Amino acid sequence: MEEKNIYKPYLMRIEKITQEAPGVKTFRLKFDDDEEGKNFSFRAGQFAEYSVIGEGESTFCIASSPTRFEKEQYVECTFREVGRVTSALAQCEEGDVIGFRAPYGNTFPLEAWKGKNILFIAGGIALPPMRCVIWNVLDKRDDFKDVNILYGAKSVADLVYKHELAEWDERPDVKLVTTVDPGGQTPDWKGEVGFVPAVLEKMAPSSENAVAVVCGPPVMIKFTLPVLEKLGFTPENIYTTLENRMKCGFGKCGRCNCGKMFVCKDGPVFSFSQLKDLPDEY
Amino acid sequence: MTIEKYLVKKASLSTLFDKIKASGKTIKAPVKKRHTTDFAAVGSLDETTDDYITTAQSAKSAVFPRVEKLFGYVKSKNGVELVDYDLSTIPETVLWGVRPCDAAGFDPLNAIFNWDINDVIFSTRLARTTIVGFACAKADSSCFCTSVGGNPGSTAGSDLLFTKLSNGDYLAEIITEKGKAIQALAPELFEAAPSEEKEQNLATVEQKFTREEIKAKAEQYFESDVWKEQAQRCISCGTCAFVCPTCACFDIQDEGHGKHGQRIRIWDSCGFSLFTQHTSGHNPRETQGRRWRQRVMHKFSYMPDRQSVYGCVGCGRCSRACPADMNLLEHLQQIVKL
Amino acid sequence: MDNVKKRAAELLKSEAVKVVIGYTMGTNGKPRAAFIQNAEDVDSLIFNAQCVQNLAVYLSKAEIKQLGKPAIVAPLNVLRAIIQLASEMQIQENELIVLGVSPDGELIDFQNFSAIEKYLEDFNMEVDAKEKETLEKISSMSLEERWKFWNEELAECFKCYACRAACPMCYCHKCAVEQNKPQWIPVAAHRLGNLEWHIMRAMHLAGRCVNCDACHEACPKGINLNFLTKLMLNDAQEEFGYTGVTLKEGNLLSTFKTNDQENFIQ
Repeated sequence: MEEKNIYKPYLMRIEKITQEAPGVKTFRLKFDDDEEGKNFSFRAGQFAEYSVIGEGESTFCIASSPTRFEKEQYVECTFREVGRVTSALAQCEEGDVIGFRAPYGNTFPLEAWKGKNILFIAGGIALPPMRCVIWNVLDKRDDFKDVNILYGAKSVADLVYKHELAEWDERPDVKLVTTVDPGGQTPDWKGEVGFVPAVLEKMAPSSENAVAVVCGPPVMIKFTLPVLEKLGFTPENIYTTLENRMKCGFGKCGRCNCGKMFVCKDGPVFSFSQLKDLPDEY
Repeated sequence: MTIEKYLVKKASLSTLFDKIKASGKTIKAPVKKRHTTDFAAVGSLDETTDDYITTAQSAKSAVFPRVEKLFGYVKSKNGVELVDYDLSTIPETVLWGVRPCDAAGFDPLNAIFNWDINDVIFSTRLARTTIVGFACAKADSSCFCTSVGGNPGSTAGSDLLFTKLSNGDYLAEIITEKGKAIQALAPELFEAAPSEEKEQNLATVEQKFTREEIKAKAEQYFESDVWKEQAQRCISCGTCAFVCPTCACFDIQDEGHGKHGQRIRIWDSCGFSLFTQHTSGHNPRETQGRRWRQRVMHKFSYMPDRQSVYGCVGCGRCSRACPADMNLLEHLQQIVKL
Repeated sequence: MDNVKKRAAELLKSEAVKVVIGYTMGTNGKPRAAFIQNAEDVDSLIFNAQCVQNLAVYLSKAEIKQLGKPAIVAPLNVLRAIIQLASEMQIQENELIVLGVSPDGELIDFQNFSAIEKYLEDFNMEVDAKEKETLEKISSMSLEERWKFWNEELAECFKCYACRAACPMCYCHKCAVEQNKPQWIPVAAHRLGNLEWHIMRAMHLAGRCVNCDACHEACPKGINLNFLTKLMLNDAQEEFGYTGVTLKEGNLLSTFKTNDQENFIQ
């Protein structure tokens, strides 16, 4: 019998804090105990339970790529300050220690995507779960063909990872399109103005030998899917990652149960053909 | 092991009870306490009652307490130190007077806590729990064990099962090694098996349907209005889940007092409106009809599919306890007739 | 009860209401709530002394609101809840039809909420004599005895929130126990969590509780948590001159009066 207490988190030291957008921060975390770090690994798409000890746990993805963990032994998370735990996290300073239980859930099928064109579509605060897989793909760039990224936010201020957007924009092997909702632009804004589905239609990426990853608010997904289908993407080739409410992360607490699936175990990554078999409870 | 049968005289029961107590084990047994009959730690057989169909609450709190500390913490200037759960503090416990339906509930509970990664806190509690069952001589209109794979004299889940015979003596069936260990505390009390048939001393619970029928119908009528209609009366409390022997949904919370504190696991229920609600306000199961459907589907479809065990033992507690008369048996009978 | 059934059928037939909320015979010989949407089904309506669930609780339930305009079978407890809900702006006169019932099941017609208010004046909302005796016993206990009494009583609570769910006045979408910024009271059902929960709930019901005992009836552990609300009711009457539900008064805890005798509030 395994004797490990599955509820006891690793302790992580906050190495760096980046203010991404109003109310949105990125933490770079390193294992407080090097030994624990040596035995840790994860894959793109998996998530974690982050906690301020004494305030509770909150669920969000690991926003950094496993390739960066292999090289520099850090994981990153990006969160918006909304509830009790994320507010407490937002109060943390560099050097503070937080709890971290991970890795949980399934992963993006990167092996199967080798040799394919990849289209990333993200809206607002949904770029973090995708950033992990974007960097994973870019760090193994030769394994994949064209990489297209479409990222939209309400306003210029709401765009996260601004430095990385600039970096992707400069790379010749990435095509990046950024857009903000009408009225969200600044005078010096050089990107698109318009909602993601409309910009996607204009961008018109080929569905030939391609997979699409879509993450964003439900309304964005709702209107983006028909555009993707029009472009020839089939549900098997469109992926997303779900964000149901969770507590345990390993299929016991019951919260993320949706039909026969547990989003925390069978997800969070699903193709849209898999989602069609799930009840509308996510 | 094959089940061994013995006779235990009426007068020997309290001797056996005392021997268990003397062995240092905690004994929890049904006690009439304040307003209801429920399991509580007891010192002697006199404190217990055998006048109950089922206890108000199931026996699950012995392995899944309503509040369970997962680990402790101490904060200091340099950071935080976590104090792991000390498994050695979990006592050897004998649950005395468990009804066969309740005993059958430990298997689904175990499936939930151990179907993938092992919950060592739960597992240690279960491993240190011995279940002494008492077969049912009485049943009421909420009982439906026979419709969900059980029966009033079922040995499944018990380590040792007593059935009261017509003269007041007991048939003792030793089912597991843990049961044998109880016998070994007072082997002289276990006499040659009685000749009286066990069945004639059991309550009659008419079978109304099978679990498989419910599974098939519930899946087929997933989109039906029946869930919404049945749930109209439901007032969204957690009573059904909290008295249920197999409901295991939980919440995790931190509780601190100054620099010290603990992370705890507490009972929760899929029937509560906020159970699945996201911080954004989006709620995947926004209506009580959906939540009621989830409760039935989880027990009769999702659990057998994912964990190879059904999540209902037919004890009828939810029906008896419901403040709005959401009667599970009645509702399942409606579903099976769809 | 015949008049009630007749009126219910008329209302459904004429589509003046879409649903009649009433009592019907449930399982195990206990009455339960019914939501009658067809005039043919009104015969299943019953009323007797066992009809203790406060049906007004369903007036705040989204799933029932969706059925359309209701008529509600309303004995004394339900009438009080309706007036209290109205005074708290939770329901409006034109949103429902009240089918008042006397203790022996006779239909009482009410033209409007004011008529209900007037009718209620004849029924003092007082704790009955036997309960009063128990409450006085509790109040006369020494501090230690009282602490022990409440600890033992509330230790049994496992926080299923049936009390809250059965209470027509507990209509908040997010209860104070669920507010976690800050966490006002512990969520867990341990001693402190239970004490704080029940005290907090009783405080929030001071001067609002309609003394229907639905919370106690709903409690699967039979806890006398209504003793707390009854004690609050006594205090409200003795200390603040509270006389019972009205459309005008406002709530004891949320009403400011310039002639308040306490100076901290001025």
